[in-house]
Amino acid sequence: MQQDGSVNDTSSKTKGGPIPERLVRVGFIPLLDMAVLVAAAEQGFARREGIRLELIKDVSWSNIRDRLAFRQFDVAHMLGPMPIASQLHLGSNPYPCFTPFALGRGGNAITLSVELYREMRALVGLDGSENALGNGLALKQVVEQRRRSGRKPLVFAMTYPFSSHNYEFRFWLAAAGINPDTDVTMTIVPPPLTVDAMTAQAIDGFCVNAPWNMIAVEKGIGRMVATKADIWPSAPEKVLGVSPEWAEENPETLSRLIVALDAAARWCDDEQNHSDLASMMSDLAYVGVPSEMILRLLSGKLTVDPDGRTREVRNYMAFHDQHANFPWISQALWIYSQMIRWGQVSYDEAGLSRVRAAYRPDMYRAVLGRTGTAVPPIDSRIEGAETEKFIDGRSFMSDDIPGYVKGFDIRSSANPAVAE
Amino acid sequence: MAIIEENSIRAAILVDGLREAGIVDVEVIETMTNMLRRLSTIDPDVIIIGIENPSRDVLEQMFQVSKLVSRPVAMFVDRSDGSMIQAAVEAGVSAYVVDGLRKERVKPIVDMAVSRFNAFDRLQRELLEARSELASRKVIERAKGILMKTRQLSEEEAYGLLRQTAMNEKRKLVDIAQSVVTAASLLEK
Repeated sequence: MQQDGSVNDTSSKTKGGPIPERLVRVGFIPLLDMAVLVAAAEQGFARREGIRLELIKDVSWSNIRDRLAFRQFDVAHMLGPMPIASQLHLGSNPYPCFTPFALGRGGNAITLSVELYREMRALVGLDGSENALGNGLALKQVVEQRRRSGRKPLVFAMTYPFSSHNYEFRFWLAAAGINPDTDVTMTIVPPPLTVDAMTAQAIDGFCVNAPWNMIAVEKGIGRMVATKADIWPSAPEKVLGVSPEWAEENPETLSRLIVALDAAARWCDDEQNHSDLASMMSDLAYVGVPSEMILRLLSGKLTVDPDGRTREVRNYMAFHDQHANFPWISQALWIYSQMIRWGQVSYDEAGLSRVRAAYRPDMYRAVLGRTGTAVPPIDSRIEGAETEKFIDGRSFMSDDIPGYVKGFDIRSSANPAVAE
Repeated sequence: MAIIEENSIRAAILVDGLREAGIVDVEVIETMTNMLRRLSTIDPDVIIIGIENPSRDVLEQMFQVSKLVSRPVAMFVDRSDGSMIQAAVEAGVSAYVVDGLRKERVKPIVDMAVSRFNAFDRLQRELLEARSELASRKVIERAKGILMKTRQLSEEEAYGLLRQTAMNEKRKLVDIAQSVVTAASLLEK
């Protein structure tokens, strides 16, 4: 793939005379973490780079993947693990794609039904101020008690097998001593249906991005018990998935798009712009929920309990700051470690190079290296160090994935490569 | 084979087409609840699901974890027939096919699904057009009635006035009629 030559000289060219507008078709799922794409389209950042962004709403991640593969989209709003799964040939249409740009961090949360939370409170005596791990430990007690009394296992939902939600939900459960494969039932519910599924008592909890957690709380059916920031503050969320053929045919447009998204991301991070951003996103063509709720989510002021208890989460959603858009190889490898941990794939050297092909910090650096944006000089770092700790306190060094996976007490037994 | 489809009319149209093509062993699954159990009982060679159905992600997960159902792959994986895939994506059809099933057997099924999905779209469009035509006719009738009453015109004169105004203002007859109806409702006590 190209990342030198044509890529390096981009934004300087845009300053000259009028350039023909290039259409870029972007698939998306209505969630707050697509903010950077909306801002790029609505706030003129794309136009400034000679790009007309056409944002196309879709209903499932499978569609996003397939329509990118069949050239109905050029790029797409994607779950961070999707390009990795695609390069590893996982899933039912493993069309390889890659990401040169992450769309931000945060936004996910875990919400349990109020009935389940009430059970936890009755059993353990929670006062509501517990942290994510405290809530997890209380849940563990309920899971054990239910097993002793022969009740059926709890059902928890996430949105896609290769998603931050799947790995974060499992990480949190396992950190509290709950085995997601044997102690509970994990299932899939598409984001817009999560609240309905909980209302219908088809599920006892879910992990999904904003705004669905807060909608469940405001409807009086859900209790938020953990956010993504509690599980791993640096955790990558959505990324810009790119079709390799399109990238090869349009290297300059891709570079310009990265420049536009970088500017849009910086704009999204600025609190002064939050009310404009919230009103853009509230449009039915995008997320379609009241702008007042979006504004509260952007500021990290969450209502976590129907009784009105609130919580302020710093950096609940981050779009640009602290290299939020940099596609860290170490984060891609962490995702790989979780795929191995839960038996989706086994570890091998070939897998490592496939994972590296999915995240392209080199392209990010080639485009943004000489702009005002701070670009890390390295592709990998120790994940979960110091202030960015994982909920289990362990850090991740990407040079020993099998060792890291073996260090988890709770993991799938279905992985011979790690088991031996 | 199995069809996952909430819209019973579209499901019926599809089943019908498949029967005509000699494929009789077809089951329709209408809801997401119990989808896994239903699928494992049916154990289909081919699953057809509309691309706009969010349950596609649920299916993907099932193929990941379930040992019950033989593992189908998306028909998209076989890229040898680009035009078939293109047509399917455009019509909004997606199919999952058990690995190893011969392409000659899959193609007629997918082609049939595509043509029936398109037929259903056409039907819906026509229905929508018919409905809106009926609605405009009603509005025009009401506008005529209002003009006849308030301006003491004959039916023909009322209609002529509406048409003349539409022509003068370069707008549609139905839009003028709608303004008359709206204006009248504002003036009503």
